[in-house]
Amino acid sequence: MNAQAAATAQPRAAQRAMRFVLPVTVFAAGLLAWELVVRIKEIPPYVLPAPSIIVLTLIKDWAVLSQSLATTLLTTLEGFVAASVGGIALALVFNQSKWVEYSLFPYAVVLQVTPVIAIAPLLLIYLEQQTAVVVCAFIVAFFPVLSNTTLGLNSVDRNLAGLFQLYGASPLQALRFLKLPAALPYILGGLRIAGGLSLIGAVVAEIAAGTAGAGSGLAYRIAESGYRLNIPRMFAALLLLSLAGIVIYGVLALVSHLVLRRWHESALGKES
Amino acid sequence: MVESKTPPTVEASLTALAVSLRGVTKTYDSGVMALGPFDLTVRRGEFISLLGPSGCGKSTVLRLIAELSAPSSGTVRVARHEGEVLPGHGIGFVFQEPTLMPWTSVRENVRLPLRLAGVPKAEGRARAEEALASVGLADFADAFPRELSGGMKMRVSLARALVTDPDILLMDEPFAALDEITRFRLNNDLLTLWRSLRKTVIFVTHSVFESVYLSQRVVVMTARPGRIQADIRIETVEPRGEEFRTSAAYSDYCRRVSAALAPSYSGQSTL
Repeated sequence: MNAQAAATAQPRAAQRAMRFVLPVTVFAAGLLAWELVVRIKEIPPYVLPAPSIIVLTLIKDWAVLSQSLATTLLTTLEGFVAASVGGIALALVFNQSKWVEYSLFPYAVVLQVTPVIAIAPLLLIYLEQQTAVVVCAFIVAFFPVLSNTTLGLNSVDRNLAGLFQLYGASPLQALRFLKLPAALPYILGGLRIAGGLSLIGAVVAEIAAGTAGAGSGLAYRIAESGYRLNIPRMFAALLLLSLAGIVIYGVLALVSHLVLRRWHESALGKES
Repeated sequence: MVESKTPPTVEASLTALAVSLRGVTKTYDSGVMALGPFDLTVRRGEFISLLGPSGCGKSTVLRLIAELSAPSSGTVRVARHEGEVLPGHGIGFVFQEPTLMPWTSVRENVRLPLRLAGVPKAEGRARAEEALASVGLADFADAFPRELSGGMKMRVSLARALVTDPDILLMDEPFAALDEITRFRLNNDLLTLWRSLRKTVIFVTHSVFESVYLSQRVVVMTARPGRIQADIRIETVEPRGEEFRTSAAYSDYCRRVSAALAPSYSGQSTL
């Protein structure tokens, strides 16, 4: 029995290791091929920079790029917080009143389906630049929070709702002790999507703003470097954006796991 | 209409009515008549079972008594003891499912009714632990519901129903989903609790054997719309135990209850 368990555990551990090793190998092989092609064909850096040059640029331009990274991350964070608070608050209002939901939900959908890149120039005309960029991040990110929270609030166990009614729970108590905890897995799922989307919203707005002549975020650096044919710096900024997106997703996934790990199926893993 | 009524005197409360339903009917919005007219009186401290086919309105009766739904006609009266302060204090409800909040510990699940009533945290925790001890789960206060077996979850649900010290315990097929050994054990524990706490228990079940084993009265209901087909008093030497389950009297009662139940299933009398 034990030997059998050990025998099945070993391939499983090996499989887990491969899930990490394989993509890393593919990544390394891709970089190596890229580096080799650039060197052998002697492609100039302003056409396609080698990975080594991109890394060197990242180090050389770190002062400028880190400043831009901080700007973009701050915008993303502001948009994310606004989207989270706004989305959850609006879902709570919808949950309390059907009339408000019927009145406003179509507009939430309209806001969601209109491409933000088309709204951004208008926002930049009417709002101060920094505000406009945050509003863009908010518009892109708030809908998943709103719809997921609404779904969660409507997914409360009917018997538990009856129990709260039996014990005379006030609407506020039912919200705090029943609806919000029951909706939490859905809310966290919405936030995970919103994190990545607010980065996208921030980047889109920065590019739109960049053509208007101001700004210092990473997306602006990419646009600016493009005009100057500073291709290595474009790649370096792009790399930072990707890393920022991965970190944002990872942090939110970790928070979700830590919050849910004691009770929700999604966080229990495969051992149980 | 639902009315509350307090018993006139303490002496009378020994034989006073705990629950009385008069000419109660329930018609759902879809037009389906689920119940009635239905008359039932339950005395204080009595253990009665409602037995009947699926969909005969057994659960509806419990929901009406708990005021979770209102009757379409007739009156539901529930006696509550004097000086009642907590809402829902007079009634404990055990659902068919354990109906626990998966996101919090067993202790917090049991404390919920007290928390909703504004009982201070320390007192609430102490009372929750006391209730858990009474169902034999004192050591599991910090566990989460998913870490417990089906039988243990049902015990937690029972502890939660008992934590407000209600006069009336309503149980809606609480052990239907459990295996037979667990079910027998919980039957015995429930009888022990009932003997020591003297609650009024209204127990809904599908099982003839369970109803005869547990209750002082078995109320057999007809198919929808549910009415009373028979009201059979189970008299035996108390306290009941495993020897009752194997006695001739027990099988006699089971036969009588089954016979009373048969028309509800076949639509014609076999008596």
